[in-house]
Amino acid sequence: MTVISSHKDAKALSFTVVAEFDAGVERVWQVWEDPRQLERWWGPPTWPATFDSHEFVSGGKASYFMTGPGGEKSRGWWRFTAIEAPHRLEFDDGFADENGDPIPTMGTSHAVMRLEAIDNRTRMTMVSTFDSAEALEKVLAMGMEEGMKQALGQIDAILAGSKVG
Amino acid sequence: MVVDELRDAELDRLFQAFADATRRDIVTRVTAGEYSVSRLAEHYAMSFAAVQKHVAVLERASLVTKEKRGREQIVRAHHDGLQRARRLLDEYESIWRQRADRIADILAEG
Repeated sequence: MTVISSHKDAKALSFTVVAEFDAGVERVWQVWEDPRQLERWWGPPTWPATFDSHEFVSGGKASYFMTGPGGEKSRGWWRFTAIEAPHRLEFDDGFADENGDPIPTMGTSHAVMRLEAIDNRTRMTMVSTFDSAEALEKVLAMGMEEGMKQALGQIDAILAGSKVG
Repeated sequence: MVVDELRDAELDRLFQAFADATRRDIVTRVTAGEYSVSRLAEHYAMSFAAVQKHVAVLERASLVTKEKRGREQIVRAHHDGLQRARRLLDEYESIWRQRADRIADILAEG
């Protein structure tokens, strides 16, 4: 399995997930750095994400929308607060209105993502901290559209397939 | 799903309750065993009344219960409320599991 552990701290409203990938650190960094790759995994298949801007520098902003099954759109923004390629990425993550402007009342979460090499694999540690009920609730409403188990179980087969580069 | 079960107001109270370090500490303490409000107050550099207010916020969020025993007010953990907070984070975990799986798919392409 890709995800090897997770830790939930209900009292601190933080969430940590550790995943290992069968690829080098530089390669895994690209799935965050390249918006075309990022949008292939950020949203579930039923709520695919489209990044219309992605200023991948410290202090830069990203803007994206996710499109729901009925064509409804939900917009979000990131602000990159630290980028140390290819090992560390930090950003604030919040909801945006239809013009892409942040909705402060919706709250934000802060993400700290780290990559480290373990032999030929890469360990990704992601810590998310929430600051509001609405932010978490809305994220859940979108993420749970997809059946929980749907994507699970596919990985091993795919990873076992032929790899290029 | 959990989001449907939880009313917005309940969620707000839950997150508000957890947003304060003193309240988180109170929850940690009473999870290990009951405390009277006056004993809790000994641990914090604030008035008895201030601690009482924190306990009231936690009580409204269903994270603790309070009952009178003689002249004391006894505070205990409310395990259902704590479970609920945990379940919300469980849901969030599944989103990240799915994301990690999709990343693995992309990486497998080379």
